[in-house]
Amino acid sequence: MLLIQCPHCGARAQTEFTYGGDATRERPAPESVTAEEWLDYVYLRDNPRGPHLEWWHHAAGCRRWLKLRRDTATHKFVP
Amino acid sequence: MRVYVSRPRNFTAAVLLLCAVRYSLYTLAKNAVTGHRRWPPAWRQPQPKKKYAVVVIGGGGHGLATAYYLARNHGMCDVAVLEKSYLGGGNTGRNTTIVRSNYLLDANAKFYEHSLKLWEKLSQDLNFNLMFSQRGVLNLAHSDPQLDEFARRGNAMRLNGIDAVFLDRAGVQAKVPLLDCSPRTRFPVMGGLLQPRAGTARHDSVAWGYARAASARGVDIIENCEVTAMRRAGGRISGVDTSRGFIQAGKVAIAVAGNSSRLAAMAGLRLPIESHVLQAMVSEPVKPVLDTVVTSGIAHMYISQSDKGELVFGGDLDGYNSYAQRGNLPVLEHIIQAAVTLFPAVSRMRLLRTWGGVMDMSMDGSPIIGKLPPPNLYFNGGWCYGGFKATPASGWCFAHTIANDAPHPLNEAFTLSRFQRGFLIDEKGAGAAPGAH
Amino acid sequence: MSAQPFRAPHGGRIDRRRPLGFTFDGAAFSGFHGDTLASALVANGVTLVGRSFKYHRRRGILSAGVEEPNALVQLGAGARTEPNMRATQVELTGGLAARSQNRWPSLRFDAGAVNNFFSPLLPAGFYNKTFKWPPAWWMGYEFFIRRMAGLGRAPSAADPDCYTRRFAHCDVLVVGGGAAGLAAARAAANGGAKVFLLEQDFCFGGALLASDAEINGAAAADWVDGEVDFLNGAPGVTLLARTAAFGVYDDNLICACQRLGGGEVFDAEKTKKPRQRLWWIRARRVVLCSGALERPLVFPGNDTPGVMLAAAAVTYARRFAALAGRNAVVFTNNDSAYDVIPALHEAGGAVAMVVDSREGGAGAAAAALAEQHGVTVRRGAVVTAVRGGRRVRGAVVDRAAATVDCDLLCVSGGWNPTVHLFSQAQGRLRYADGIAAFVPDGGADNFTAAGAVTGESGTAGCIAAGAHAGAAAAAAVCGVGVTVSDAATVTVTGDLCASMEPITALWTVDGGRGKAFVDFQNDVTAADIALAHREGYSKVEHLKRYTTLGMGTDQGRTSGVIGAAIMAGLCGRTIGAGGATTFRPPFTAVTLGAIAGAERGAEFMPLRRSPLHHWHVNNGAVMVNVDLWQRAQFYPRGGETMMQAVNREARHVREKAGLVDVSTLGKICIRGRDAGVFLERVYINKWTTLRAGRCRYGLMLREDGFVLDDGTTTRIAGGEYYMTTTTARAAEVLAHLEFYAQTVWPELQVHLDSVTDQWAAAALAGPRAREVLAAAVDRGAAVDNDALPFMGYAEAAVDGCPVRLFRITFSGERAYEVHTPADYAEAVWSRLLAAGAGFGIAPYGTEAMNVLRIEKGHVTGAELDGTTLAADLGFAAMQKADGDFIGRRSLERPGFQAPRMELVGLAADDDKPIARGAQLISEPGLPAQAVMAGHVTSACYSANLNKEIALALLRGGRGLHGGKMFAASPLSGASTPVTVTSPVFIDPPGERARG
Repeated sequence: MLLIQCPHCGARAQTEFTYGGDATRERPAPESVTAEEWLDYVYLRDNPRGPHLEWWHHAAGCRRWLKLRRDTATHKFVP
Repeated sequence: MRVYVSRPRNFTAAVLLLCAVRYSLYTLAKNAVTGHRRWPPAWRQPQPKKKYAVVVIGGGGHGLATAYYLARNHGMCDVAVLEKSYLGGGNTGRNTTIVRSNYLLDANAKFYEHSLKLWEKLSQDLNFNLMFSQRGVLNLAHSDPQLDEFARRGNAMRLNGIDAVFLDRAGVQAKVPLLDCSPRTRFPVMGGLLQPRAGTARHDSVAWGYARAASARGVDIIENCEVTAMRRAGGRISGVDTSRGFIQAGKVAIAVAGNSSRLAAMAGLRLPIESHVLQAMVSEPVKPVLDTVVTSGIAHMYISQSDKGELVFGGDLDGYNSYAQRGNLPVLEHIIQAAVTLFPAVSRMRLLRTWGGVMDMSMDGSPIIGKLPPPNLYFNGGWCYGGFKATPASGWCFAHTIANDAPHPLNEAFTLSRFQRGFLIDEKGAGAAPGAH
Repeated sequence: MSAQPFRAPHGGRIDRRRPLGFTFDGAAFSGFHGDTLASALVANGVTLVGRSFKYHRRRGILSAGVEEPNALVQLGAGARTEPNMRATQVELTGGLAARSQNRWPSLRFDAGAVNNFFSPLLPAGFYNKTFKWPPAWWMGYEFFIRRMAGLGRAPSAADPDCYTRRFAHCDVLVVGGGAAGLAAARAAANGGAKVFLLEQDFCFGGALLASDAEINGAAAADWVDGEVDFLNGAPGVTLLARTAAFGVYDDNLICACQRLGGGEVFDAEKTKKPRQRLWWIRARRVVLCSGALERPLVFPGNDTPGVMLAAAAVTYARRFAALAGRNAVVFTNNDSAYDVIPALHEAGGAVAMVVDSREGGAGAAAAALAEQHGVTVRRGAVVTAVRGGRRVRGAVVDRAAATVDCDLLCVSGGWNPTVHLFSQAQGRLRYADGIAAFVPDGGADNFTAAGAVTGESGTAGCIAAGAHAGAAAAAAVCGVGVTVSDAATVTVTGDLCASMEPITALWTVDGGRGKAFVDFQNDVTAADIALAHREGYSKVEHLKRYTTLGMGTDQGRTSGVIGAAIMAGLCGRTIGAGGATTFRPPFTAVTLGAIAGAERGAEFMPLRRSPLHHWHVNNGAVMVNVDLWQRAQFYPRGGETMMQAVNREARHVREKAGLVDVSTLGKICIRGRDAGVFLERVYINKWTTLRAGRCRYGLMLREDGFVLDDGTTTRIAGGEYYMTTTTARAAEVLAHLEFYAQTVWPELQVHLDSVTDQWAAAALAGPRAREVLAAAVDRGAAVDNDALPFMGYAEAAVDGCPVRLFRITFSGERAYEVHTPADYAEAVWSRLLAAGAGFGIAPYGTEAMNVLRIEKGHVTGAELDGTTLAADLGFAAMQKADGDFIGRRSLERPGFQAPRMELVGLAADDDKPIARGAQLISEPGLPAQAVMAGHVTSACYSANLNKEIALALLRGGRGLHGGKMFAASPLSGASTPVTVTSPVFIDPPGERARG
């Protein structure tokens, strides 16, 4: 079970969190992009084997959405 | 279903096919006399050639089935299957072996039903017993909304020509005596949707059976051959760099579910896919206690008993991107809690083995089979939970797509462009949240 | 009860003053406190204990521990029976009843042994090659295959026992309470660390319990007692025996299962104790001292009962004073097996001969032992056959004509360090030629190994290594220097044959006749491995999967390395190059009930209840579980059926007044300067125009354009809003809003709080609702149409309780949602009912609520199924023309344009119900296949309309009002002709709600 360092609450068990996926994506201002670029934002994901920037929601804690980097091959959080 | 079998077009392939040793009780008995010392390798282990008409990346069930049907249905035998490790080492050998076609949406229902029909004759077609066991898959309903949902799906299945039966609580109890159908439990059973023709198969055998049959038709199966890069020339993929050297290819086909994003990245593409780990586990073997595959969506658990006697459990994704092929404790705990809740008698049995597989989770829960932008690059992935049962139809349709450079009617809907165009195939309605499918 | 003929007259760590009676296959035996079932069987001279999985061959006890493949028994009976228990680990208790497994009719005469006769037809993978014709017969073949397979029998009744869970944190966790583990725990404790020491056996000491070593002048077992006493008294140390560490998860979370209450079988009804406890221990450092397991040798007949691992024979002799045989032959490729000579001798047995496969024979100490006891040693020789059926009678050496008589054949093929947990911790393994086995090779974070698990030999070496590792772990955690205590510098004498080296690997004995087993439980022979190689299944994973090598309940602890080595030899590769198979949890099988703990049955997944729950139950409501919640479904009166009650309740609301508990609605308090702007971006409709004291219906989308949820939001005052969501989506909506507020628009000043549990809510609906409310509120607060118009909001008090009044409707009637702090729920609810008594008020349940909303065409989960667009549901006009909102940009896709599945109503053309989940087709009856134009989402009988009605999604449905379709349900055999209508069946202009 992962041990997640919440910057607000300290080290907490994974069961307090829900996962939000690829955090490299940034929501474009809808009018600033083409339809295709917009849908790429909605559907395409970075999915590397290795360090992965991702969202974790501390749902059973401070309820902050945290942007953390974790290695998808080892499950370890990395700086 | 139209079954078409091409004669091998090249001489070597024809000779190979003629020389292949059949598997039967007769040959088994004959070989018993010589102490089983004369069995040939199940598949040839050739050195890779410099060039193939088609290079299929991925030696799992899908890649091997694709190669087999390229040879069998389309007479294309100049095919290599490249596997980075051992055949069937990915999800082919890590799933819970369930085969079913109990889908709601037309595109999925038709595709998976075609697959189920192929399964029904596959052991004979491949001359390799895959132990396909039609013991039925029962989805338990625990609430009124679920009864609505299952009725809708069952009715759709029936009108798509697929078998489906609704069982009330008494019917469920009669079918699965071990199940707690009392009203005292957390999710009382209200009924169930049964697909009698669904069942299980021996997962590893699927890879081996296709490998043997494809190899006998001239397909080169090359293990320990990891693709490290794709080379481009004039907008096309000219070939692949591998751990065993460069291999030139007329067409390149990707069938590496779990690692799709990594392969696509070699071609400079991003995909609507995340890789997630899905666990499975078995108990110690016991004499038969459970004849049917039983699933509970609300409890997030499914269970069956293998021919060896092990209870096989599965459940939800671990919930985060992973390539680690190992599961974590919270989901395992939940699955076991669900199991002993639904089947209180199994509580004293013991957990023997657990493992994890890396799943391609797509953005609508349905697969992608079709062409990628480079004109000679083909893609098969995004299988979510559906990969194992899809194996025959996936190979069938993917081979068709590669051979004809156009999709088979059964995979027309499974394009990559459906996300951009808004023709999603979303059984669960979970949207672009892969972990939720 | 027999007299334990194979029990030595003295010695052993058993309590002879406490005899225990037990039965095996119905025959009565006795043993002593301190015995395992296996040692008691050995003491009673029982050698035949089981049948193998595939060929049903006779099997005896091979080992004395966790690696046992053969001696599996069924314990107990009825609901408390337990299959596949390793006799070598079962703690003997009085009255224990064990039965052999996988045999019929009896262990001695097993009909399944016919498989052994047919074994030439049943090599590895035989089932792939046959049973294919005729195809339809497979299910028949399989029926018999399934019955032949399996081992013991599962209980058929619910487990009557309970299980418990404990979480712990520690600085240093030591796995294994043998020489290294005890030393590691002492050193770590001395270093100031909080220590856990886990031992799977029921006593500490590991191999020391069967050692002839003397440590600091005391017998090894006495030294163990001293160490355990010390640790028991040391602050911050937790010693757990009977506790098997079985899993290592991320960040050093060690999972272990503790057997409580003594033996394997105990009567929980008498003890009232939980049966097992699961430990989740988060350790800052782990020191793995799991020791090593001996492996057998592969030669023809090596599965005959009476062939036993040498160290097991030593353990039975020394620890249990039980003689596995009186006259033994030892077959070995290393020195450690020579320990059998003194061990048997002390216990009253003898060794007839040592067959040592090494040309050079044993090292000096071992050779001296043999000489001292006058034991013949055959160097460079192998056992090529075994005589005997139910028990070994003799061994044939080097195919000689003469048989060496013996009743016990002790074998040792070397030692496998127990590296499983190290591998689970993502550590690397390396093949060490010196001991011909895999050892840890770094790579695991904060996880070290010490003692025999690293290939370390000898008691002194293991104690020193354990002490160093324990001290280093404590130092790393507590931030002090490494100080190794005096425990590291023990003096050890004796311990003559404790070395794993020198060894000359001997993986198979060639040339004999008969089966040479590698995996005893699954009947995998050396010939099967050769067949797998011949057929190309030569990777270790293919070998495992094709032959089932190592897939039994012993998980290949004795067979895995041997199998890999034999295959490596056939392939001409080194064993290291082939690698080991992956080790995954659990190391030893774990009871499912222990993993589940208390959260099972009715306690599985928390059930949420409304603050009005007790009122409903006390007033005769039929309760129903819906997802996470339990709700009142209907309130039957007299002998009413469900249908009658629901019809009455639904009519009542349209004719008089009704009250329904809607506390389950998600409720979110939204505050902040930019709350209005935030809502504007969250919902598809206009929000900045909403005045304080007004409610508005809103629809929100996911970013992919599909409807996420609907609900009403009220501007309480200024920057404070109160949002309600559907019950099912409450948590999802809050997380969704938080994501946008925190990460996408962090510049907006907006705060979100879930207040679902803080507010109870009741919907008061019906033509008399206003009168009821007026009578209920304190001091005549104004609730008339001017003070509280449709979609208006007001605050008041009911019986002194503060309430929020929302003039919103789900039923389509004049209606008020009355929200009150949860503590006041029952007071407010009761007051509303009392106030309404004169107006004919009655409570109604979720079933009637559903009928009422279907009559009005209001959507819920069945329509908001994640595949519908706002336009599909008729909300196109609600969508604002300008400005960003979540999901807007995704709506322009071709697939989102008409014709789509659109919401319609259906009215049955006859009086037959419209089947739930029916598909809409254009032809009557139930065709074998049909094109489906749409489907029924919600169906009911409307007592108010006296009609069967439904909501449906129908392709291009809005253009098809008045058309005829068939609602077909092949599942239920019903096909109903229906007319497509507007989804609003009652009061289309909405006058009732507004009036």
